[in-house]
Amino acid sequence: MLYFSKLRIIFISLISLIFIFFASSNLLKFSNEILNKKINLGLDLQGGSYLLLEIDNSPVIEQKLQNLSITIRNYFKEKNIRIRNIKLSDQQLSFSVDDEFKQIILDEFSDEESEINPYYQRFKSHQLEIEEDNNVLTVNFSRQGIIEIKTSSQDQALEIVRRRVDEIGTNEPNILKRGNDRILVELPGLDDPMRIKALLGKTANLTFRFVTNNDEDSFGAEKLMYEDNSEEAMVSKRIILSGDNLLDAQPRMDSENNETVVSFTLDRVGAKRFGKATSTGIGKQLAIVLDGKIISAPVIRDVIASGSGQISGGFTFQSATDLALLLRSGALPAPLSIIEERTVGPDLGQDSINAGIIALIIGFALVILFIFVKYKIFGLITNVALIINLFLLVGVLTIFEATLTLPGIAGIILTVGMAVDANVLIFERIKEELKNEKNNLIAFDSGYTKSRTAILDANITTLLAAIILFFMGSGPIKGFSLTLGVGIFTTLFSVYFIARLLTVLYVSKNKEKGGLI
Amino acid sequence: MIAFNKYYNQFNILSVSLVVVSLFFLIFKGLNFGIDFKGGTLIELRSNDNKINVSSLRDNLSQMNLGDVSVKKFGNDTDFLIKFENNENKNVIEEIKKNLDKSFGNNFNFRRVENVGPKVSAELLRSGVIAISVALALMLIYIWIRFEWQFSLGAILALFHDVIVTLGLFSLLGLEINLSIIAAVLTIVGYSMNDTVVIFDRVRENLRKYADIKIFELTNISINETLSRTLITSITTLLALLSIFFFGGEILKGFSLAMIFGVIFGTYSSIYIANTVLVRLNVSQKTILKDNEKD
Repeated sequence: MLYFSKLRIIFISLISLIFIFFASSNLLKFSNEILNKKINLGLDLQGGSYLLLEIDNSPVIEQKLQNLSITIRNYFKEKNIRIRNIKLSDQQLSFSVDDEFKQIILDEFSDEESEINPYYQRFKSHQLEIEEDNNVLTVNFSRQGIIEIKTSSQDQALEIVRRRVDEIGTNEPNILKRGNDRILVELPGLDDPMRIKALLGKTANLTFRFVTNNDEDSFGAEKLMYEDNSEEAMVSKRIILSGDNLLDAQPRMDSENNETVVSFTLDRVGAKRFGKATSTGIGKQLAIVLDGKIISAPVIRDVIASGSGQISGGFTFQSATDLALLLRSGALPAPLSIIEERTVGPDLGQDSINAGIIALIIGFALVILFIFVKYKIFGLITNVALIINLFLLVGVLTIFEATLTLPGIAGIILTVGMAVDANVLIFERIKEELKNEKNNLIAFDSGYTKSRTAILDANITTLLAAIILFFMGSGPIKGFSLTLGVGIFTTLFSVYFIARLLTVLYVSKNKEKGGLI
Repeated sequence: MIAFNKYYNQFNILSVSLVVVSLFFLIFKGLNFGIDFKGGTLIELRSNDNKINVSSLRDNLSQMNLGDVSVKKFGNDTDFLIKFENNENKNVIEEIKKNLDKSFGNNFNFRRVENVGPKVSAELLRSGVIAISVALALMLIYIWIRFEWQFSLGAILALFHDVIVTLGLFSLLGLEINLSIIAAVLTIVGYSMNDTVVIFDRVRENLRKYADIKIFELTNISINETLSRTLITSITTLLALLSIFFFGGEILKGFSLAMIFGVIFGTYSSIYIANTVLVRLNVSQKTILKDNEKD
């Protein structure tokens, strides 16, 4: 235990120097990318916003079943089977058929080659499930079918969220999937997420539809409120144009009546449709509907064939900018709701950093002082190891560009307090050994050997706790478990290499001295 | 040598009563869950105007129909912590901002806003409970591999004691349980285990060495031999924790307090619970030799 080869000493010094270098590189600037590594500060330290969004997929499922009902009807009609009483309720489709056809339909749904009910070879599951009860057949999505819908709407929503966040232009946003129906948005440096929350909360489903006064519209009509909840109007369900047809949208000042408007440009298909609708509908009101509310319903005075137009609706410049942004970035596949939000202002973040550093310095000083008073020269050795341990810990976090949170700083301070444990175990053991053994070298050697299992046990138990926290915890708590866990390894390194090396050097020079420790 | 074993019985009675009282509080008073686990909204405010106080803020906010609003001072006189349940998970921050600006002038800095929906808080609570259970189970498995069952039982009873009494104290004092308390409890589990294992290691070593010393005496010898280590490590850990408690800012107060309680209970329980279990199970040299023969 007490022998160090030259090679080993060089190796230990090299490792320590590398980590000390990286630890201090947090304060320096390098042009080289490999050298220029820094610890990331968590949102609780640098300030920023953490938003967890959940996608409400029920309208998507409803819509898919709605489409499916038409597909099923047409598909079996071709086979001369009449589907009757097709109904959509509680996210399932029900219908009835004549008894003779029942089995054909059931077979069609359970066929692995089925055109109407795709089979996922990989998951050994169909997209749809069919059940029979008293001559009524009910169809709904299987577990795998639901998962497929969720993943696809999550993919789309992620893209739209990213576009909206990018348009606002915060620095280095972090947008990640969580589960199959959630999206995590981290916005460092953003202290007022009000605007982004408002933007993410909007589905931005834009449609242009005629206002109808009679109920004879063949597509059906629905009563919709105006945005300011002042009036309502009957609007046809026939969609003339949707947000998908937009190429661009920008806020603009209308010079004629000094009003802020949103001007838009349509794609080729959209322009054609818009031209046709405006030519047949002169004198009619065209409602511009966003997320089920009418923004405005201007009367068509002229044919608009240019494929561009403008929306007015009593906008402020801000609201026009936001609407243009939403239209440019596209509609979300399903509504999002913010189910968790944590925002820290930049000054609280800075206060936390300051408090954390002060607590670290004071805690560190107290521990060092105590250990020095208790163990004198060996206390000094322990303290040198402890200081290097701190550099190692910060160095490791830097190399991996880990995220440091406020609980993470607490983890570092706690590591300082607990790191001396291993050295204390060793020194106390050596003291005991010295009672029966007069030879310093032998006593030190057996002190190290006999304390090893206890040290290992002690560190494994703490490591287990840290690992569980890392996998179960979220955000800041992960930061705590990270520093605590990494701290265990750097502690063992500093105890068994650095402190032991220094101890060996000291003891071999003072072989004969009594009362060494 | 300190005769720790003279008080085994008394302290066992104390421990059992502490656990019973703690359970009583946990069952009948319950824990004061923060928004992490209960859902709701939390706002940390700093005012520039020192005339603004808790009661004027409370009066103002209670007119807003937010339900049960709690307003507390947070650290110094100009910082406040506002909490309410926000059952509908509405976005009321903007309204509160407007309302406060209207009544007090533009004197506020919203330093922190947290809003946790009911679904997320339920999930956080569940994963917190799972995390602690998994930790306890893993510790059990670890110690079961490392030691004989009598030792495992002692260590686990000590662990349960520490976790229950720490939570009981939080219940008694009405301190808030949030995510960081879960982290603290897990660290306590690790620390308490660590402390127990070091003493057990020595007990086992001494069992091999001295065949004729009774376990009652032997545990006392082992406790004394490891005592200075136990104390020094507890002291340095407490120094670090006290420093976090006093200087680390308001946010870490609950966390460091839980850890401080935990370290004290953990140190106590490794001496007075873990070891007394060995005594009561009448562990002897045969216990560890028998196991070795089996291997």
